[in-house]
Amino acid sequence: MHLGQITWRALSRTALASTGSARSAGIAVSFWSSRSQSTSSVVQTLSVKNQIDARRQESRMGGGQKRIDAQHKKGKLTARERIEVLMDPGSFVEYDAFAEHTCTNFGMEKEKYPGDSVVVGQGQINGRTMYVFSQDFTVFGGSLSSIHAKKICKVMDQALLVGAPVIGLNDSGGARIQEGVDSLAGYADIFQKNVLASGVVPQISLIMGPCAGGAVYSPALTDFTFMVKDSSYLFITGPDVVRQVTGEVVTQEQLGGAKTHTQVSGVAHRAFENDIDALLNLRSFMNYLPLSNQDAAPIRANVDPWERDIPSLDTVIPLQSTAAYNMLDVIEPIVDEADFFEIMPDYAKNIITGFGRVNGRTVGIVGNQPKVAAGCLDINASVKGARFVRFCDAFNIPIITFVDVPGFLPGTAQEYEGIIRHGAKLLYAYAEATVPKITIITRKAYGGAYDVMSSKHLRGDLNYAWPSAEVAVMGAKGAVAILHRGAKDLTEVEEDYVKAFSNPFPAAVRGFVDDIIEPRTTRYRISRDLDLLQTKKLKNPYKKHGNIPL
Amino acid sequence: MRLLSASRTHWLPRLGRIYTHQSSPASFPSFHSARLFSLYFNDHYDKKEPLFDKVLIANRGEIACRIIKTCKTLGIKTVAVHSDVDSNAMHVRMADQAILIGTAQTADSYLRWERIIDACRKTGAQAVHPGYGFLSENTEFAAHLEKEKIAFVGPNSFAINALGDKIHSKELAVKARVNTIPGFKGEVKDADHCVQLAKEIGYPVMIKASAGGGGKGMRIATNDHEARDGYRLSQQEAKSSFADDRMLIEKYIEEPRHIEVQLIGDKHGNAIYLNERECSIQRRNQKVIEEAPSPFVDPELRKRMGEQAVALAKAVGYDSAGTIEFLVDKHKNFYFLEMNTRLQVEHPITESITGVDIVYHMLRSARGYPLRFTQNDIKIHGWSFEARVYAEDPFKAFGLPSVGRLKVYREPQNKSIGEVPQDGYIRCDTGITEGSEISLFYDPMICKLITVGKDRQHALDLLADSLDEYVIRGVTHNIPLLRDIVTEDRFVRGDINTAYLPTVYPNGFRGKQLEAKEKQILAIVAGCLYVTDKLRDRKFLNSTQGSKHSSRERVYNLNIRVGETSEPVSVQYNKAAKTFKARIQDTELEISDSINLADPVIRVTVNGQQRVLQLISRNAVGKIELQYLGSVFPLHVYQEDVHKYLHWMPAKKVADTSRQVLAPMPGLVKSIAVSVGDMVSEGMEVCVIEAMKMQNGLTAAVTGKVKKVNFKPGETVGDQDVIIEIEDVATKQTAAESEKQNKQARR
Repeated sequence: MHLGQITWRALSRTALASTGSARSAGIAVSFWSSRSQSTSSVVQTLSVKNQIDARRQESRMGGGQKRIDAQHKKGKLTARERIEVLMDPGSFVEYDAFAEHTCTNFGMEKEKYPGDSVVVGQGQINGRTMYVFSQDFTVFGGSLSSIHAKKICKVMDQALLVGAPVIGLNDSGGARIQEGVDSLAGYADIFQKNVLASGVVPQISLIMGPCAGGAVYSPALTDFTFMVKDSSYLFITGPDVVRQVTGEVVTQEQLGGAKTHTQVSGVAHRAFENDIDALLNLRSFMNYLPLSNQDAAPIRANVDPWERDIPSLDTVIPLQSTAAYNMLDVIEPIVDEADFFEIMPDYAKNIITGFGRVNGRTVGIVGNQPKVAAGCLDINASVKGARFVRFCDAFNIPIITFVDVPGFLPGTAQEYEGIIRHGAKLLYAYAEATVPKITIITRKAYGGAYDVMSSKHLRGDLNYAWPSAEVAVMGAKGAVAILHRGAKDLTEVEEDYVKAFSNPFPAAVRGFVDDIIEPRTTRYRISRDLDLLQTKKLKNPYKKHGNIPL
Repeated sequence: MRLLSASRTHWLPRLGRIYTHQSSPASFPSFHSARLFSLYFNDHYDKKEPLFDKVLIANRGEIACRIIKTCKTLGIKTVAVHSDVDSNAMHVRMADQAILIGTAQTADSYLRWERIIDACRKTGAQAVHPGYGFLSENTEFAAHLEKEKIAFVGPNSFAINALGDKIHSKELAVKARVNTIPGFKGEVKDADHCVQLAKEIGYPVMIKASAGGGGKGMRIATNDHEARDGYRLSQQEAKSSFADDRMLIEKYIEEPRHIEVQLIGDKHGNAIYLNERECSIQRRNQKVIEEAPSPFVDPELRKRMGEQAVALAKAVGYDSAGTIEFLVDKHKNFYFLEMNTRLQVEHPITESITGVDIVYHMLRSARGYPLRFTQNDIKIHGWSFEARVYAEDPFKAFGLPSVGRLKVYREPQNKSIGEVPQDGYIRCDTGITEGSEISLFYDPMICKLITVGKDRQHALDLLADSLDEYVIRGVTHNIPLLRDIVTEDRFVRGDINTAYLPTVYPNGFRGKQLEAKEKQILAIVAGCLYVTDKLRDRKFLNSTQGSKHSSRERVYNLNIRVGETSEPVSVQYNKAAKTFKARIQDTELEISDSINLADPVIRVTVNGQQRVLQLISRNAVGKIELQYLGSVFPLHVYQEDVHKYLHWMPAKKVADTSRQVLAPMPGLVKSIAVSVGDMVSEGMEVCVIEAMKMQNGLTAAVTGKVKKVNFKPGETVGDQDVIIEIEDVATKQTAAESEKQNKQARR
């Protein structure tokens, strides 16, 4: 099997190597065949071989040079070029290069392209197997035909079988209208596979062109959706239909561009400058992830001392407890080489989510961001955090939580939109998670938000407080106003409250935090604890699945 | 800590050894005092001589820390005073006691002398050392201290008063027979008078308008003819520019150097000089790099300058440490400028070459002890430089202040235990640590980097190396400029004067200009970094899958962009030899595999030669920023098979900021000269930003109409904040006009 694969690859490489050789071989055959008429079976064999080379070559050219040029003119790479940039050189093995659509409506039988409008296969990223499909816009605008869907489903099936991630590079005009319901069926097949693969292997979507209509739901079902700025769009219906139906005039970019989805809707997790920037970033992103839910979080070779002291953390919390600071100033020095891959950096900025490494091991990091909206939890922040926590839990990635949260955001706007329902998602996610959970309370941990943020009570494995930590039901001002309702001078009682509660002791004496640590030693602590917790065994009760408040 | 006093050099009578080890924060006081002890090899601390039990330091930052160190060595308890934002500052942590005296604004803290006196009472401090700046030359403060019977560690009030005033001090200098800049006290009557005066003063002379400024109404004359012409022309200019044609004349100092003499006196009429410092490298009258001794001063000149300085000190009964500034022309004539009646920023270089702890002797003098030295005890040992590392942007007017948090901060370390100064050493005087905030309330100095060597070149080499190893992240700093100066030809030769910076960098500082060879080194180091990173990317320690199906490249064919140009580079890693082989153009280089991706400092040997660079940033897409020879260079490394597609990538639009007036640094809006709807012309000053005692006028980059004013005077702005937006009226008009023309054409 192994050997066979290599031979296969060698063959495909030869074909790749020279268009010219295929052609010259063709001439040689005709010359030879004209001399000996009797050896027709030999001719047949050679002709098949020639056809193989010719079709493979044809499939490599997608929709033809003209369409390739048009793709380049738009500043986009072709489906194959994208795979070449994404995968380790020479590692990609293509499947179904000869597959063709079977549609006969509207004269489609006359227009066929080997491989149709998607390139699928498997290859390696930094030596690790990944499955990939890359939609080819040069063939029928990348539209989804029945065979297109089948090809995608095939790699997804195999990915599940061996336990390897699936990367989708989306660039498609939508359904192949000529195929009608076959095309719709194809979408649904993909959706079903997406759902079955969810939580088994990581699924990543990189939107590199249009993605409209039913097509959008496949990326939406995957774990991460990335976009390319200025050249990718995601929407249910395009601006033209919007105008016809509602009269609303809107541009593609406004309706479903990278900015919209990374800042407003939260549909996409991050956007990149161009195709190359996106693909190279994706390569480095894949390095954080395990290949499947059967693998532990990867540990990459590390040169950053695990016990490194970080003096700057001692002064990162401002002296005034109301002053803001940047939680990234806490996170970045703690992770290896300050290398932090932020997820949804432009959406719900009051919470930070992302991947880093501690002593080489991938960790998921969640942190309240005091710089934005005082780091409070609102609907968007809760949903953003919850989805990230669940991904980490599904794929055995330890979660480190940095807490500085004044509470849930109050008000009618939030209540009407269902902060209770959405806030519960984050609570559910943390409570459900069985991966190692380490929590550092840097400053405020107030009210219900304290409970939610990976508290001891939600099975936090190790919970630490910095000396600046304040764990309380609420801030001093609000608390004394209730405790001493009607009292005229609250300043004195407020001071008493501050003395009693604005410090880590109430939580520490009850064992709700395991230790009060010097901020500069935080990396040292986390490194040790992660090693300790790698043998953690915790199982939730058997269930078909839980019922997260969606 | 032990002090080894054995000397191995004939020219250094009593030398200590420097102990170096990584300073751990918990132990830094003892470490520093150990280092101090050996720094002052010419001094010995007489612990039996009673000084003070407790001293309050009425200052902040590095100078407060510097004073505390000597106090600690002497066993004197220290009291720090601080503003609220300084509560975590190094000087507060170093002192035995700390008193909060107000808010961030200096006028509400460090300048509030009554609160400082209160703090003395509260803590029982017997003396106050004022450092420099703040209250150091405030006689009212000194007088109040006297009333409270608290010693002021500085000169007596009479001396401060006498020397504090520029005109008065000049008169005193003349009386003490100190050279002053020759000139005529009064107005020049006419051209003949001008020539006559010029002859008396001696050519060259400067004829300048009494109301003059900015180079207008100013002429240099080297003979009678020029004096006559110069007088006439300058007077005309003055009349038209300032409506005031009164003219003055004085000696013109050619290629002036700023050389100053350090003095120390006591209350018994003694004073000696501790040799000179050359401080000619200045910008806007602020010193950048100082050295001691001066490369220009010979023993005879040193003696004459020193003796005149002592004469002036004795004339006013000067009884502490002080400095007399001279201008020295290219003919070695020197002229008194002014006297600074305090401890100066650059005092450590004098300490380094004389081995004297100046702060110790200020304390002794303040306590009334006579000097322990005579002039003959003061010699010159080796050579010393001080580079002032500032949080400022050297690309803007040789340094505009910047602010921020020191995310990473690592000072260069002394390499090994060595003979002083035979083996050279580094001294960092600082008041900040990693994590400190450089705020706009105080001086943006990060550190005084002092190096000492056996001779000038030795100290200079050490300074260049130290600057290469100095790691500062989080704030913009002036190391690019400092590093460029220390290897600049004229500076290395010692051919400097106060116009050095504008002469060497006539178009402002533009960063290190790399030569072709240096560019190659930069590119291949980036290439090796990239390959190190890529190789590491494949190393998983717990992978369930080996990388069977894709092997790492044997040779990495890269394309590396440095600035505007792109260069193919191939890099091959040899695991057995732990080296990289790189090829760029036709050059083949061998680079040691000593790159640690987690270490900001990269020390590699390139073809056997040691190079020190710094990794500022790198990302997943091959963008790498390296600091080399002080300046930061952006590079981009692509693998060849990705690079070939790069030209398809669309160019992104860069926002045109010429229609916006941006804050060049964080600061306070002092005034805004325009309001919405006003027309502004290109180059017109539209607002003034104040940061760190400096006012900076911002000008409009285009002609147009003010569209928006986003800030009010008194508000603070952040770096790159848009203060004023300007509408391009001109293009609007042309658009409207062309529209009109089109319509007409259609008709």
